[in-house]
Amino acid sequence: MAGLGRGGDERGAPTWQGPNRAGPWDEPQPQRQPFPPGQQPPLPAEEESGSTRLVRPYTVTGGRTQPRYKLALEALVSATVYEPRDLSVLAPECQAILQFCLDWRSVAEISAVLRMPLGVARILVADMSADGLVRIHQRDDSEGRPDLNLLERVLSGLRKI
Amino acid sequence: MTSVKIVVAGGFGVGKTTFVGSVSEITPLTTEAVMTVASTDVDDLSHVPDKNTTTVAMDFGRITLEKDLVLYMFGTPGQHRFWFMWDDLIQGAIGAVVLVDTRRLADSFPAVDYFEASGLPFVIGINGFHGQFPHRSNDVREALAIPSTVPIIPCDARNRESTKATLVTLVEHAMSMQTAGRY
Repeated sequence: MAGLGRGGDERGAPTWQGPNRAGPWDEPQPQRQPFPPGQQPPLPAEEESGSTRLVRPYTVTGGRTQPRYKLALEALVSATVYEPRDLSVLAPECQAILQFCLDWRSVAEISAVLRMPLGVARILVADMSADGLVRIHQRDDSEGRPDLNLLERVLSGLRKI
Repeated sequence: MTSVKIVVAGGFGVGKTTFVGSVSEITPLTTEAVMTVASTDVDDLSHVPDKNTTTVAMDFGRITLEKDLVLYMFGTPGQHRFWFMWDDLIQGAIGAVVLVDTRRLADSFPAVDYFEASGLPFVIGINGFHGQFPHRSNDVREALAIPSTVPIIPCDARNRESTKATLVTLVEHAMSMQTAGRY
């Protein structure tokens, strides 16, 4: 969310004026310089890393922003039991997903715990499913509402917890 | 394995994450969706200059209801302008709980409008801060202009039993809406 605030600054909200803002009526104020000479003030550095952070996640998807097929936020993912194969050829993100999904995990959990944007998690999981690395469970009727049978199960489950 | 989800909506600071956390078996997690520069070719954002990246954060929790049935609860992003995320959220959802703080009733209008328009079953939970419910349910119903079929329940987002009861009311409401729709 911090990126939003910065974006707001760029659109004309009050911006940091810098030490050169002082008019001719002001004394030079070297002692107010918060950073020793030669040291980078943190603000521009943060902005730079912030902007790269927004682009970098999608390099692992090869720039694609759409998954092969639709995955619900709550779609469940688990690593398949596979014959020994060299996982080191996989991107680190995919290896992390395999590790994390030894038990069933949702797409949302993958995104949150492995700290990757939701869109990236969806693309990678869909790819990995196509490669047989993970299994996905999501309701066939994910476009529609859960049916009465399922709602009954949810209701009795909620009453029992 | 089957997973289902319930949406928890309401204005900023109304207690959505507290509500989710009071019944979740995990500490609420945060997932972030980013609309990146990379998507600008697809999603034409040229009419919004200097605004081609946006991060939307959603908190969520999980309850394992049966060995092979998991319920996820997703809090809506605080900013109502992120409709693309809301469409994603309500896809296939059981329904929604709209948490209301009666001191800031208007904060819940966008969520109520959205769920009414989309046909998603929803209930109103009046989150009583400090256990206080200064407004009667009927007054809230009138102020929100919602039909008598939509349940309005006082709740305490911090309290597990209260949150459970609110979720039960929602699921029952979703079932009665389905039954009613059938005849």
